Amino acid sequence: MKRVYPDKEYCIGCHICELACLTAHSKSKDLILAYTVERTSDGLSPCKHVHERGPTCVALSCRHCDEPACVAACISGALQKDPESGRTTYDREKCVGCWSCLMACPFGAIARHPLENKIVKCDLCFDRPGGPACVAACPNLALKQEER
Amino acid sequence: MLFQPINRNYHEFSIDRDKDKCINCKVCVRQCAYEAHYWDESRQKVMHDNAKCVGCHRCEALCPTSALLIQKKKSDFRDNALWKPEFIKYIYKQADTGGVLLTGMGSPVGNIPVYWDKMLLDASQVTNPSIDPLREPMELKTFLGAKPDKLEFTKTKDGSPKLKTRLTPNIELNYPMMFSAMSFGSINFNLHIAMARAATELGICYNTGEGGLHKSLYQYGKNTIVQVASGRFGVHRDFLNAGAGIEIKVGQGAKPGIGGHLPGEKINEMVSVTRMVPLGSDAISPAPHHDIYSIEDLHQLIYALKEASEYRVPVSVKIAAVHNVAAIASGIVRAGADIVAIDGMRGGTGAAPGMIRDNVGIPIELALAQVDQRLRDEGIRSRASIVAAGGIRCSADVVKAIALGADAVYFATAALLAVGCTLCGKCYTGKCPWGIATNDAKLAKRQNPDVAAKKLVNLVHAWGHEIEEMLGGMGLNSIESLRGNRDKLRAVGLSDTEMDILGVKHAGR
Repeated sequence: MKRVYPDKEYCIGCHICELACLTAHSKSKDLILAYTVERTSDGLSPCKHVHERGPTCVALSCRHCDEPACVAACISGALQKDPESGRTTYDREKCVGCWSCLMACPFGAIARHPLENKIVKCDLCFDRPGGPACVAACPNLALKQEER
Repeated sequence: MLFQPINRNYHEFSIDRDKDKCINCKVCVRQCAYEAHYWDESRQKVMHDNAKCVGCHRCEALCPTSALLIQKKKSDFRDNALWKPEFIKYIYKQADTGGVLLTGMGSPVGNIPVYWDKMLLDASQVTNPSIDPLREPMELKTFLGAKPDKLEFTKTKDGSPKLKTRLTPNIELNYPMMFSAMSFGSINFNLHIAMARAATELGICYNTGEGGLHKSLYQYGKNTIVQVASGRFGVHRDFLNAGAGIEIKVGQGAKPGIGGHLPGEKINEMVSVTRMVPLGSDAISPAPHHDIYSIEDLHQLIYALKEASEYRVPVSVKIAAVHNVAAIASGIVRAGADIVAIDGMRGGTGAAPGMIRDNVGIPIELALAQVDQRLRDEGIRSRASIVAAGGIRCSADVVKAIALGADAVYFATAALLAVGCTLCGKCYTGKCPWGIATNDAKLAKRQNPDVAAKKLVNLVHAWGHEIEEMLGGMGLNSIESLRGNRDKLRAVGLSDTEMDILGVKHAGR
């Protein structure tokens, strides 16, 4: 399957991918409203986080593993592996907020929702026409969606 | 406001932040290499310090909500035709520092005429047909190096002719353009590899500059001209044999008379190994080559390099365009150079004293026309190719340079612009916000070689198409037919002396 791969050599740590993710998952689809209003009122937060140490930075999000540890750990069946698309899907309704997945994920790619007992996880922007918003927004081609 | 020294008040730019659009996301804070934007913890918002802004426009380009506008600060100086603001600012700065004022990029001085803009090209009408390059073949291929005056043949046993004349090595270019010398160190590895890849894809050459060649780039040798400058940085036998040509850098258009200067801050491990200098030490090239004090000495060095490379590659000599350039070029050709590269005063640099950059040398157009004419008059034009450099901005400049007598052109500033440079001129600080003139790991990775190589290739392709269009319009189907063909040029608004030097007639004649 096509996954989003970060390239730490050329990630410049601008965090624009986070902003693109935020906008793509907002109600308004408007960066200014998403960042200034929805972030505080709805706890909207990005599924992707840029990690930095010294000059190295890399944007991490769910890797949609072939054998996801989070799915195995999920007690409510909210996290599933979609056999067709290969995505690791998240059903918000089923999630009980036990955080088992957070502990199971070896990449730290799952985050707690800031306000609710839910998680925030990359969905590969499956319903976005142009593909993942982060890939489209990266100014240095440091995020690529490809088959590897 | 408390007391501010005068330099802080007379800064060049002001940052205009649209309060309705700024979301305090800190993208600008992370992008600014000069810390003009900063996060104010007590106010919990992004603030800025106009005095630190260098006008590189990086923040403006990356601001996700387009909230930023970088503007020239409206001058507070009292109008004075003699005391222009730059002179006043120079004095304030020097009164503070007591030092030579460093600058980067080519001279921005506006009162020296750009002769490219004062020359117009011809096109065919009625009496000779123009050519459509999209439907008919068009030749841009260029060979750099000495050409034989005549060809002699012998007959083999079966009666077929065989070339008797020994041909000297030439550099083959698909376009009459090359990326000029920018040393590894002055620009970073990401751009060197991008230039190497782009030159290879295009079938042209890039020049290593005076900082040696990183081992991993030897594979692009067929499209590389290796440079030997007065500091001899990174020069060894393998290096001399790594490229398709060797260039002796005597002078640089932006700073004739002085050598290159790479501050120690830019010498990281990779640069140190390639240059063969200690980590973090300044790499300062002497002003002259201490083994070249005469044309005879130059002859010795040219032949030493030819010996070292077993006469496989042509040797170029690069000089800055200065007074008496034609006589100097004649001497260089007689000393055995296969290529003479002339760098005009508008050429770029990573670091040069502003006074030298803006006041020393002559424009490339005049130098080029004079050198071509002199070599023709002396009957030695075919013994060397001429490469023009220094302020080539577009394909029309290339065409005009070739019509004035150049075999090919070098351009570097245009190549840097293609990969994002905004001519902020702060290359010498080593903090290039666009990741070009910096070896800071965090900044250098702003240049992704995949992106940069593609842009360089696109630029040369685009210029190539335009050159073909202009050639076709003139009824020429080969760049060779344009070389030194000054009849295709006409001057507008130039004096008789200028036209005499350029060897062109006035428009209307």
